[in-house]
Amino acid sequence: MINAVGRNIPDYLLKDGKEVYQGKQYMDGKYIQKAAPRTVRYEKPVETKVVASIVDALKKCGAKSGMTFSFHHHLRNGDYVANMVMEAAIRELGLDNLTIAASSLGDANDPIADYIEEGKVVGIQTSGIRGRMGDVVSQGKLKTPAIIRSHGGRPRAIEAGEVHIDIAFIAAPTSDCQGNCRGIGGKSNCGSMGYAMTDAKYADKVVVVTDCLVDFPNYPASVEAIDVDAVVVVESIGNPKKIASAAARISKNPRDLMMAENVAKVIASTPYFKEGFSFQTGVGGPSLAANLFLEKFMDERQIKMGWAIGGICGPMVELLKKGKVGKVIDVQDFDLDAVNSINQTPNHFEMSASQYANPANKGAFVNSLDFVVLAALEIDTGFNVNVLTGSDGVLRGAPGGHPDTAAGSKCCIIVTPLIRGRMATVCKNVVTVTTPGDCVDVLVTDYGIAVNPLRPDLIKCLDDAGIPHVTIESLQEKAYSLVGTPDDLQWEDKVVAVLEARDGTILDVVRQIKPFKL
Amino acid sequence: MTIEKSAVAGTLESSDAMVTVEPSKNGIELELSSSVMNQYGRQIKAVVLETLDRLEVKNCKVTVVDKGALDCTIKARVECAVFRSCDKADKNIPWGGAVR
Repeated sequence: MINAVGRNIPDYLLKDGKEVYQGKQYMDGKYIQKAAPRTVRYEKPVETKVVASIVDALKKCGAKSGMTFSFHHHLRNGDYVANMVMEAAIRELGLDNLTIAASSLGDANDPIADYIEEGKVVGIQTSGIRGRMGDVVSQGKLKTPAIIRSHGGRPRAIEAGEVHIDIAFIAAPTSDCQGNCRGIGGKSNCGSMGYAMTDAKYADKVVVVTDCLVDFPNYPASVEAIDVDAVVVVESIGNPKKIASAAARISKNPRDLMMAENVAKVIASTPYFKEGFSFQTGVGGPSLAANLFLEKFMDERQIKMGWAIGGICGPMVELLKKGKVGKVIDVQDFDLDAVNSINQTPNHFEMSASQYANPANKGAFVNSLDFVVLAALEIDTGFNVNVLTGSDGVLRGAPGGHPDTAAGSKCCIIVTPLIRGRMATVCKNVVTVTTPGDCVDVLVTDYGIAVNPLRPDLIKCLDDAGIPHVTIESLQEKAYSLVGTPDDLQWEDKVVAVLEARDGTILDVVRQIKPFKL
Repeated sequence: MTIEKSAVAGTLESSDAMVTVEPSKNGIELELSSSVMNQYGRQIKAVVLETLDRLEVKNCKVTVVDKGALDCTIKARVECAVFRSCDKADKNIPWGGAVR
C-alpha cells in the first residue's frame, strides 16, 4: 500500500493493526492501553543487590533464549556494556534467538554483528544503526527486519507493549548497592540517562552495570532502585574518551558559518522569535554554529531564550551560564561541558526520552518547541528527509529525535550543503524517508533557501524580512547540474528494515541492496 | 597515444580520483572502485572510456580509485596520467585540442 509520503509498504507488514503513515497528527486523540511489566517483589529487605558477574545477573533474572534485552546509548561510541552483556549471554550461557532493543547502536557495537551472522541475534529494534551492524543488516543477514524508531517513537512502542523488554541493562556511571543510578560522579560519566528511564519502568527485570559503586543512596537518581533487580560492578563500562568529546567546537568553515547565519536570519524573521522562545539544535557544523548567530539577534532585540532541549553540548551550556536561556532540559549529553553541567548548573535538568519526544503521551517537550535546526543526509523536493541510509542504500545513520522535533516544532529548519563530494543532498527522491516532508518547513543550503509551500505564513515572513528564497526544485536542479543525475539504486525484494513513523505507522522500508555491476 | 610505461595522476583525497594507466596489449581494461559506485559508477566508466577514446588510446590497463570526483576532475586525471605515461606532460600539451 502506498503511504502519505508515496512509499510502497508491503501488505504483509500491515498486520496486527499496523497501518501505513497517513500524515502528521493522524493518531491525535486516539487511546492507548499501556502495557505493564511483570515484576518480582522484594518485600524482605536485602542488604545488597550486587552480584558477582553479568552471567550471575543474567541467571538471577532468568535469562533464556528468545528474550528481548534493552540497552541505551549514552556511552555512545565508548560503550562496552551492550557487547559485554551479549557476549555473556551467548558465549557463556549459550542463549540464542535474542532480540536487542536499543536506543541506538554504533561502531562500538561492531562485535554484535558476529552474533547476527551466527543467527544468535534475530531481532534488532533501535533508533540508529551504524558500522558493521548496519552492513550485516543491510546484507539481509538478520532473521527479521530491523525496526527503526525515533527517540520519541521508542518509548511510545515500549509503553504500548509493541516491544516487550524482558531484561533492561542500564549502563550506569555510578550506582549504589540497591541500584540507584546517576550519569555523573564516576569515572565514565555520560550526564543525562534519559533514554534508559522508560526501559527501567517497563522491563520485567532490570540489571544495572556500573564501574563505580557509591554509597547508598546515590541521589537524585536517574534510574531508581525500586525498579532494579541486580547490580553488577565491572572494571569499566566504557571508554571515557569516546563517551563525551572534549568540547563541541563551533565550526570555522566559512560555508558552515554562512549557512548558520542564514538560519539565524530565518529564525529572527518569524513571529515565534520573541522573549521566552524555545529552541533545539543538532550538533552538526552549521546547526551548532546557528547558536552563535542567534545570540547576536537575541542581543539586538534584547530578548532571551526561554528554554532549550535536546542532546546538549557546550555552546548551549555557555548560553545558560550567561543567563541568555532560562532552562536547559536534557535527554543526552554530547561533550564534557554538558556532562559536567547537568544537575550542577542551576536550571540544567534531566528528562526521559518520553518527556522529550513521545507522541503518545499527553504532551512531550517537542510539542512546545518553537524552533529546531537539523541536518540531513538527503532532502527531496517533497521536503522528505533521510538521515538513515547512505547513497549506497546501506544503513548507517539514526533518525534519533529528528522526526519528533520536526513534527512538534512550529518551525523546523534543515541546514545542509547542497552537495557533499559527489552526492546531491537536495535530490528528487530520498533513499529512505525518515522525517516526512509535512513536518519540514525551511531548507537552508549554501546555494539558497527554500520554504515548504505548505507554510505560506513563513514565506511571507521571509519576504517581509527581505530574505531571498527559491523553490526546492531549483535547488535540486542546481545540485544535479553540478554532480550529474544519479542512477537509481537497485534493490532486492527482501525488506531488511522497517522504518516506523513516530506515531507507530510505517513510514518506509529499507530493502536489501543488489550487488552493483558495471 | 600509446601507453609506454605506468603513470599515475590524482590523489585519494575526497572529491578527487587516483588514475593509474599501464601498458597493455588487450585493448582497454578498466578497473573502477568508487565511493559513489551505485549512483555514479556507470557515468564514471563512460567518462573514462570517452576520454581515452578522445586521446586515441587503444591499449591500456586503467585503474580508477574514485573518491567522489566530478566528471571534469576524472577527465583531467585520465588525461594527465596518459600524457605522463609517454613523457608528454611537461610541454606542448595540446590545450583546446585533444585536451579540453
